[in-house]
Amino acid sequence: MGTDGVKQPVLELKHLSVCYGVVEAVHEVDLVVQPGEIVTVIGPNGAGKSTLLCAAMGLLPSRGEIWVEGKHIRRPTVHALVECGAGLVPERRELFGEMSVEDNLLLGGFSRWWGGTRDQIACREEVYAIFPRLQERRTQRASTLSGGERQMLAVGRALMAKPKLLMLDEPSLGLAPNIVREVLQVVVRLRAHGVSILLVEQNARAALAVADRAYVLEMGKVVLTGKSSDLASDPRIIETYLGIGARKTAV
Amino acid sequence: MDSQIALLLGQDGIVNGAVYALMALALVLVFSVTRVIFIPQGEFVAFGALTMATMQVGRVPGTLWLLLALSAVTLLVETVRHQRGVAVDWKSSIFWAVLLPAAAACLVLFLRPTSMYGQAGTALLLITPLGPLLYRLAYRPLAHATVLTLLIVSVALHGVLVGLGLYFFGAEGSRTTAFSELRLELGGIPVSGQSLVVMGVASLLVILLFLFFERTIVGKALRATAMNRIGARLMGIPTELSGDLSFALAALVGAVSGLLIAPLTTVYYDTGFLIGLKGFVAAIIGGLTSYPMALAGALIVGLLESFSSFWASAFKEVIVFTLIIPVLWWRSFNSHHVEDEE
Amino acid sequence: MTRRQFTLCAVALLMAAWGFLPEFTITMLNYIGLYALVAVGLVMLTGVAGMTSFGQAAFVGLGAYATSWFCTVPAAGAFFGLSVGSALLPWVGLLLGFALSATVAWLLGSVTLRLSGHYLPLGTIAWGLSLYFLFGNLEFLGGHTGMSGVPALAVGGVALRSVRELGLLTWSVLLLILWALHNLLDSREGRAIRSLKTGRVMAESMGIDTARYRLKVFVLAALLASLSGWMYAHLQRFVNPTPFNLNIGIEYLFMAVVGGAGHLWGAVLGAALITLMKQYLQDILPSLLGSSGNFEVIVFGMLMLLVLQRFSEGMWPSLAGFVNRFLRPIAAATEQTQRNLTERILPQRGSVVLTAAGVSKRFGGLLANNEVDLDVKAGEIHALIGPNGAGKSTFFNMISGVDDPTSGTVKLLGRDMHGQSSRAFAAGGLSRTFQHVRLLGPRSVLDNVALGAHLRASSGWIAAMLRLDRGEEAALMREARQQIERCGLGPQMNETAASLALGQQRIVEIARALAGQPSVLLLDEPAAGLPHREKVALARLLTQLRGEGMAILVVEHDMEFVMNIADRITVLDFGRVIAHGTPAQVQVDPKVLAAYLGGDDGN
Repeated sequence: MGTDGVKQPVLELKHLSVCYGVVEAVHEVDLVVQPGEIVTVIGPNGAGKSTLLCAAMGLLPSRGEIWVEGKHIRRPTVHALVECGAGLVPERRELFGEMSVEDNLLLGGFSRWWGGTRDQIACREEVYAIFPRLQERRTQRASTLSGGERQMLAVGRALMAKPKLLMLDEPSLGLAPNIVREVLQVVVRLRAHGVSILLVEQNARAALAVADRAYVLEMGKVVLTGKSSDLASDPRIIETYLGIGARKTAV
Repeated sequence: MDSQIALLLGQDGIVNGAVYALMALALVLVFSVTRVIFIPQGEFVAFGALTMATMQVGRVPGTLWLLLALSAVTLLVETVRHQRGVAVDWKSSIFWAVLLPAAAACLVLFLRPTSMYGQAGTALLLITPLGPLLYRLAYRPLAHATVLTLLIVSVALHGVLVGLGLYFFGAEGSRTTAFSELRLELGGIPVSGQSLVVMGVASLLVILLFLFFERTIVGKALRATAMNRIGARLMGIPTELSGDLSFALAALVGAVSGLLIAPLTTVYYDTGFLIGLKGFVAAIIGGLTSYPMALAGALIVGLLESFSSFWASAFKEVIVFTLIIPVLWWRSFNSHHVEDEE
Repeated sequence: MTRRQFTLCAVALLMAAWGFLPEFTITMLNYIGLYALVAVGLVMLTGVAGMTSFGQAAFVGLGAYATSWFCTVPAAGAFFGLSVGSALLPWVGLLLGFALSATVAWLLGSVTLRLSGHYLPLGTIAWGLSLYFLFGNLEFLGGHTGMSGVPALAVGGVALRSVRELGLLTWSVLLLILWALHNLLDSREGRAIRSLKTGRVMAESMGIDTARYRLKVFVLAALLASLSGWMYAHLQRFVNPTPFNLNIGIEYLFMAVVGGAGHLWGAVLGAALITLMKQYLQDILPSLLGSSGNFEVIVFGMLMLLVLQRFSEGMWPSLAGFVNRFLRPIAAATEQTQRNLTERILPQRGSVVLTAAGVSKRFGGLLANNEVDLDVKAGEIHALIGPNGAGKSTFFNMISGVDDPTSGTVKLLGRDMHGQSSRAFAAGGLSRTFQHVRLLGPRSVLDNVALGAHLRASSGWIAAMLRLDRGEEAALMREARQQIERCGLGPQMNETAASLALGQQRIVEIARALAGQPSVLLLDEPAAGLPHREKVALARLLTQLRGEGMAILVVEHDMEFVMNIADRITVLDFGRVIAHGTPAQVQVDPKVLAAYLGGDDGN
């Protein structure tokens, strides 16, 4: 509910913590994504970035609060978050390998279909417009696509639900640099379709090049945040990634 | 053995194979979507046959009381879950636990159809909701258990259902009137109309299921859940839907199988188990995941059984079940070792 | 009093009261004993080794029919020169039953045990049925009516005709078996059997031939069932197929599960509970609910469902927990021994222990590892790092024997290890840890670490059962204790592995690896998910081990951890080595920066 015209953030995480048994993978993270923004979370491997996204989507149990468009999601299940307009492209893509490209896309629109909206065919054409390569391969099985095409399919599938917030978990994983560039350029164009983006990436440079704002996660905590143009030239990022800085007790 | 006998046995084998095929389809469906090895599938068959038989003699089948009891318990369980704050899908709960059972009750107690098709339809209406209700009561609480635990639950549930079968239908076997009294002569051998009905209905069901899975979005959603659970959740496909639907289809297929075999053979309260197990052999030939292989397997089982019954009738069961061993041996070369169960 | 004394007292009480208990109770106890014998085999099979079988009833049938046939068919006995009515007949029948069951179990096991997960129980259902129908259809076994006239057993000239007399035999045998199995589980072989449940990879990396062990446990369970069948036949004095059908096979499994599949006494408890419950239901239910419905089956099944949903560990743990509160714990005996385990000559500091040359691995179209060269020297920590998907796990599998390279060589102490299993690597002096800790949670740290020394001792099953392995066992325990102390976990020695923090569990895995006296230690992401304090402890341990001359390869993601302790670092990206050198060199290498932070797009 926006009052006096101030728009509510599309996503707000308040003091979010995620535990794996005794290990705390994510610790008291505060994060905001404003409408129309591209926000990225970067950090070294094992920092908890994927865990953070999974928890925000309800795939993992968490402590703290998740707010979508000004509404507190009391019981963050995947279903509830999908209903609120959040979508996740997971790290492993989780495509339906034995099914065709067009069927994968069709199923992306399942939640809207189940809710009564029957515009899946039209939506699919829009996705083909964004990813012409998928249209070429629309009858091919998803498992036969190349890495980059699978990534595109995963994003296209998520778009079928017409989400307000699209979360991407390491889209560059396993992809050659030129494909990464292509994928991220598409991500930028999505902004024009009214989708806000939360991008989790290990490839810090590429992510900072496309994002508006960034959070740097290390060992589950946010250690840096700011405009990506400022952070891109910050030497502390290199230290975080290569373990040079913040050497605690030396052995 | 001359060609006449061979053809007769072949026909027998194919007819039985058709029923085993339906069994195998249901088993593969339930397993691939829910990871439950559904041993009690055979009970749906027996219940289908015996319900029809009971109605044909004008009595109220005990299946109705089972359905109403399960519905009541399910509603109770859902209410308790709701109190505990779990998100309950009331739409589907009411559909399976109130709407369909109420319709069935009306049919059985008040409308009392006497036509064969009316009774058949009633039997289907009585048995299909049993699937989702059993899923909710026995399996859903153990959704994250291992396949093994779910298998043991299946075995326990099988015991309960067989016992209930004895209670409702007694120890006597029954046979229903055939759907078709035709007697044809094809290629010199007698073919009964009922056999044609069996093969026809089985084929129709297989085709309908195929169309459902390939052409409708709900069918595709079910397949997707079988392929990738996480992906399906992310698409907003409710996990309960997959459980409900696959068990409902299994129950429906089971009931239809029961209606098909009831005129052909005397069905007792415990006949379902053996039929289910033979369907199992077929499903295992398909690795519990492949429908076409399962269908082929069902035909093999049916033919093997009918030819064994000619040559070594006492041992036909032994042969069919021992068939599992070379199949498993063959599968052991194909299957990727699903490593450690963590 | 201790638990051991309590058990002995209970047994003594039972023996004393045996002559005075009513006939009905004796009959019940007899059946409970017979069922418990089968259930105990299932506990070993399912609870300890993790293989579910619904077909044990078939083996009971084999034992019963073997002896019945042998004792009632004159030609069979004559073949051995025994006349009808000879007292030796039943005993030869027992051996015949054993031979038959062992053979069938061995054959069936070889086929079905290789399959994982759910195929095995399905297979057991199938052949359980197959054998049942076989019994019912073979004419020479009497078909469905069965065979009668089976003679009574005679022990030392005394014929055991009454239930009371035979029951003594049943329970003596059962208690003996329980004692033997308890000893087996409390030994080197017992640890190996328990490790079967965690899956193949960990057990094989300790040098345990999992296929052979699983088969042996399977045959053991079959033999126990056969024994039960033999006694049953000589108790009833006739056999028919009915008691050997699938439903009974299922009941045996329920006994094991309800009682507590992981505990030997759980089998006895389960057998008692189920037998008594069936009896009770058969008496009470008809009067409560009238008519002749098979209610006990229904109630039985529903109770099973309830137990499965509530008491996943069975009921024995609760009962044992309750009783244990009143008993003194048994002090762990620290035996002194002069026995020594097999020792290995460790490599010289600085010598190359493990080499990978030109290792490539192709999975279909994907080249996961591309001409990777790497070596590990004694007295150094060599780290293997790289971004996600770089091929580190694949490479780790290559050099630990889990998988074979498509091309290239892996040499351990100069020996080419192509085509060798991870057991061979373990025997050759390589020990490893796991990214997701693979410990036996309910077992103590001491027990877990002792598993690592499996290959350094040799006592087998019989020696273990007869308690002849105590010297070797003491040596194993001493070694385990030493390694635990060396790794700094002395105070936690007797705690269960599951109760430790993740970092400590990782260290237990290292202690376990060290118990094998390795020449090279392979660590798979040891720092993953650890809080800082525990990472410091881990780093300290690794540095200490390096100082003692160990060759260590660490595959890691955690850059800070690696940079602090590694002597040399190899960096993988997209399956090939992109950099190699000291931490300082690697940290400023532009290729490494590009791999981790992302390349300069468009530059």
